[in-house]
Amino acid sequence: MASIERQAKILQHKSWGNYHRLKILAPEIAEKATPGQFVMIRINETFFPLLRRPFCLHHCHGDEIEIFFKVVGQGTAQLAEKKEGDFLDIIGPLGRGFSLPEKPDKRPALLVAGGRGIAPFVFLAHELKRLGQSMIIFYGGKTREDLPLIEDLEKNGFNLRLSTEDGCLGFKGLITELLEKELPSLNPACLYVCGPEAMLVEVARISRTWRLKAEFSLEARMGCGFGVCYGCVWPIRQGEKIEWTRICLEGPVFPAEAIAWEMKR
Amino acid sequence: MPGRSSFPGRSHRLGDEKVIDLSCDLGFLRLRNPVIAASGTFGYGLEMAPFLDLNCLGAYIVKGLYLQPRTGNPPPRLVETASGLINSIGLQGIGLEPFIETILPKLRKYSAPLIINVCGESDEEYGAIVERLEKEQGIAAYELNISCPNVKRNGLCPALSPEATYTVVKLAREKSRRPIITKLSPNVTDIVSIALAAQEAGSDAISLINTILAMAVDVETRSPLLANLFGGLSGPAIKPIALRMVFQVARVVKIPVIGCGGIMTGQDALEFLLVGARAVEVGTANLIDPQACPRIIKEIEQYCLNRGIKKIEDIVGSIILEGI
Repeated sequence: MASIERQAKILQHKSWGNYHRLKILAPEIAEKATPGQFVMIRINETFFPLLRRPFCLHHCHGDEIEIFFKVVGQGTAQLAEKKEGDFLDIIGPLGRGFSLPEKPDKRPALLVAGGRGIAPFVFLAHELKRLGQSMIIFYGGKTREDLPLIEDLEKNGFNLRLSTEDGCLGFKGLITELLEKELPSLNPACLYVCGPEAMLVEVARISRTWRLKAEFSLEARMGCGFGVCYGCVWPIRQGEKIEWTRICLEGPVFPAEAIAWEMKR
Repeated sequence: MPGRSSFPGRSHRLGDEKVIDLSCDLGFLRLRNPVIAASGTFGYGLEMAPFLDLNCLGAYIVKGLYLQPRTGNPPPRLVETASGLINSIGLQGIGLEPFIETILPKLRKYSAPLIINVCGESDEEYGAIVERLEKEQGIAAYELNISCPNVKRNGLCPALSPEATYTVVKLAREKSRRPIITKLSPNVTDIVSIALAAQEAGSDAISLINTILAMAVDVETRSPLLANLFGGLSGPAIKPIALRMVFQVARVVKIPVIGCGGIMTGQDALEFLLVGARAVEVGTANLIDPQACPRIIKEIEQYCLNRGIKKIEDIVGSIILEGI
């Protein structure tokens, strides 16, 4: 069950250009969160932005949570102005996160991230590590600036595969191209996927072709984050039917085969 | 330190003698306080239970119900604008029978009055839903959502004309022993004539305003920001319009008026009471803060406390118009 932390203190604000990471003291949320869940943050008391903004949990440890975001609009621009010592009003943890292996699989899990899609994977990677599950993180972006977390991830000993569209770092091309190129030699247990929609569509195709179990973390504009406004729907297969499904309550993580891509415009 | 709110109840002891009476009389229904959670912003009630004690509310109105399940509109369904939110959910919902079977039994354990928001694709559907719900216990009143596109009226909603409003309210009235609240649309030229039509047809109260028809455009893609093109604007942006309309209606109709539109604080709620609303509906604020209703109740109480007002009903319609 979610908590409301009215006075969650920002302990650390680290930024890399347009990308930001906030470490926040939020013990009630940190205690309950699992990888893939998200929080709703009231950025300011003003009427613009009026609504809270959703952020997946980037990491959780002890009494602290972390979020990682890119400035994409006025809400995130205001959040990027926040300083250490400032307070935020946060609801969480919300939604259903990734499913975790009950016992470690010898084959690696692949975490596939496009740009800011890396956000939920630091928490997930630490959790998989704790469970003894091996993994490889596929991390791609347009250029080097879109991959600010490389150093951190390497420092933590995670196994990375990198790509940039301009070729300035790692494989030259899309992360999905790198994934497809490497798949034959990897024999993965499953895929965890987060990134822009075009990337998700492509990974969905790949996971179908290779018959791989895959889970996608989805994104949408959200009104509330707890299921009352019906604003954040995606087309999800429920048995025979496809229904507009609230990703805040029933997601944001869904198995690849549940998402009805043909309904997305 | 934002501590736990004291239970916002019907009355509060102040010192030894003084008691603030927050209760409000809707004629057919006495609410413990004038704050009602608005339809479409409160789910089916159960989604909010983790965040607040539903029993602290004056009443709550569940998401609009049709006879059949509704798929709703394609996304994007939401766009935020200056001090406002435009939504085009399209009244997605589970339909009447699943509501009665799976939700209503769970809501019966709460003591706060449950109001059902009744929708209809045709005039007759309103009557049919009310007729079915009359067989069920644990419902305090119906709110007729007459802002639904009506298939037999070229897609126009009944709320746009006094005649159509009269017809729909009358059909529901004939099937109901319970009180009926009619929710009016602001997208009309003469709101008073519509309110009078609802009263004439036997509505027990009027609630207003529903959302204001609106749109938003993306200059990068040159396309509308809502898949449905238009949506309903809510939030603080619409409060001045809502206040004006509540004022206009409250001074003319004899039945109670429930004010609604952009209420975020106790002060906002009090403004509606001053212009003649007996109670208020809180909508968009619930999305931002699931504890908005209890906070607003507390702020209303604090206002009364600070000014030595013993009964919230003394505020209703007490706007001072001398010299105007």
